[in-house]
Amino acid sequence: MTITDPELAAPADVERAAGTPPPARHSQSPARLLGTYGALIPIAILAVVLLVWAPQSMSAFRLGNLGKYCALALAAMGIGLAWGRGGMLVMGQGVFFGLGGYAMAMHMKLEAAGPGEVPDFMVLYGDGTMPAWWEPFRSGPFTIFAIVALPALVSFILGQAILKRRVKGAYFAILTQALAVAFATLLIATIKQTGGFNGLNTFTTVFGHNLYDPTVKKNLYLVAAGLVVLFLVILWQLYRSRYGELLVATRDAEERIRFLGYDPANIKLVAFIIAAVMASIGGAVFVPIAGIISPSNVDAPASILLIAGVALGGRSSLLGPVLGAIAVGYGRSALSEKFPTQWTYFQGALFIVVILLLPSGAASLGSRVKSLWPKRPAKADVDHVAGETRR
Amino acid sequence: MNVFTTPLLTGTATGAILLMAALGLTLTFGQMGVINMANGEFLMVGAYVAYVTQQLIDSPGLSTLIALPMAFIVAGLLGLLLEVSIIQWMYKRPLDTLLVTVGVSLVLQQLAQDVFGAQGDPVTAPSWLGGRISVFGYEWPHRQLFTIVLAIGSLAALSAVLKYSSFGRRIRATVQNRELAETLGVSTRNVDRITFFLGSGLAGVGGVAIALISGTNPTLGTSYIIPAFLVVVVGGVGQLKGTVMAAWAVGVVTAFLTDWLSGSMAQVLTFAVVVVFLTVRPQGLFTVRTRSLA
Repeated sequence: MTITDPELAAPADVERAAGTPPPARHSQSPARLLGTYGALIPIAILAVVLLVWAPQSMSAFRLGNLGKYCALALAAMGIGLAWGRGGMLVMGQGVFFGLGGYAMAMHMKLEAAGPGEVPDFMVLYGDGTMPAWWEPFRSGPFTIFAIVALPALVSFILGQAILKRRVKGAYFAILTQALAVAFATLLIATIKQTGGFNGLNTFTTVFGHNLYDPTVKKNLYLVAAGLVVLFLVILWQLYRSRYGELLVATRDAEERIRFLGYDPANIKLVAFIIAAVMASIGGAVFVPIAGIISPSNVDAPASILLIAGVALGGRSSLLGPVLGAIAVGYGRSALSEKFPTQWTYFQGALFIVVILLLPSGAASLGSRVKSLWPKRPAKADVDHVAGETRR
Repeated sequence: MNVFTTPLLTGTATGAILLMAALGLTLTFGQMGVINMANGEFLMVGAYVAYVTQQLIDSPGLSTLIALPMAFIVAGLLGLLLEVSIIQWMYKRPLDTLLVTVGVSLVLQQLAQDVFGAQGDPVTAPSWLGGRISVFGYEWPHRQLFTIVLAIGSLAALSAVLKYSSFGRRIRATVQNRELAETLGVSTRNVDRITFFLGSGLAGVGGVAIALISGTNPTLGTSYIIPAFLVVVVGGVGQLKGTVMAAWAVGVVTAFLTDWLSGSMAQVLTFAVVVVFLTVRPQGLFTVRTRSLA
């Protein structure tokens, strides 16, 4: 049977599916392969755009900006995991972004100072002595270890303390935001140890490479973009794993999961830690590209800005958080150049409009528009986002 | 004696303001599960109402007295507007109300900045609030005492409304069991609106107290919203007595830590204390006993 008219193809398919037995499960039919690995296609397209097209066609300045957004996208992907898939609204990811960022910045600051010397700001604000906990950051390998281990440790302790006690929903969100406020306050107060309000800046080299060298700049961008692609593949695998299923199940019906013999706290804890480590890695690649890290990169507004990107792109989709974070980054720099005060209105309106009308973000736009055609979308369309039930 | 009384008294005054901000939060959270991050901005609105009233009426004493009910009404109506325009569509997804109201608070802050300027404006306290009263060797400003009186007054009024008025009874019924209340003919939609009005209005009154102490500022709400939420979390959701005790405790603990260490370290440590407290008592100081799982 040959079908040339695409209009007829769809009903014919349905008939065949109903009439004939489905193909054997083990056969590697193209449709089946597409179903399993289809999600890799947009990742591959994004990889080509970020890693091949952008470095060739963008100026060094714009490439640097894109690199910063890629660093933020890493943190945003973590939020997508914890919030979109795990139902934990993490409003303090700036803290973990800051842990990685400050670890990296401390190393670069010590590199700039030279062996045995102390960073310039400590002479300027303090008495020129360096706190002992700075010393290990002279070592590059230790810094990289700290970038992963530090947020993992902090998120483990915090998660253990509050997730195990079944603190969830709004409580969890508020606590994480309070953490961001406390962290930024602490940084501002410790000017002699962390540079205070100004943060850490004026670096010269990163792991021995001159930051002002155009090749190094380009490579820094490639590292950031490469990490985004790498983590997309990792998350893709994670989402389709048993753990990924379990995480979504915990989001949607925590009590059922508990009755089935799992500990929801452990399931959520893993997602929280992975999200924290991703934010930290994002912070670490952000610093050499941006050339600065300060409390304003890690405080509550910065954390909320990250969430804006995730909400815009689609919290539970794979690519949504990345594209959302990049879009918010571009939107912010474009709008605040032209109309400095309008950005805040825009960000506020973004939250209201996206969360109110499009809770699954831009990723759901296609299916949303489609579902409008035959009849009004049913409640079920929204319900898969609303994990928690009404009190 | 001074090392003890000073932080105790100033902390109590801070706790009073936190209470005014937290009452609205605990009402809406306890009743509807709505987390209103814009509640801090209702404090700010109340502060600006005090400022505007003072521009219109020369006498600081008279303007303050007029500003109090005005702030209640203006902030309350704004809260009502928020409920009708946005929140009522989101009752099925309470966690998302948090982000939507973050958006609302950003808009309100920028709006205040565009209308009144980024710099804060001073508000002159009436002469009868300018003095100080000597308590155990500490010269306590009348303004702080006024804040406490205001908070106690608002609390008493709110409790009386909840306990004796008919719509107070409907509010309590809705908090305890929404479905059952609906079956008995209570219009929970109207109850939700009234609760929003009351909660936002109380924050507005608190804003007047803040304005008398530290003047107005477009970002005034941001410094109160997180501590106010910590108060709600510690006190137990929807519990007036828990909120009162938690507000006082958070205010005093912060004041003592500020005295011993510094303002910023106090904030960090207060947060740590709250986290430790929650690991011990995740449900807060007081709870309504239910058989629900969550």
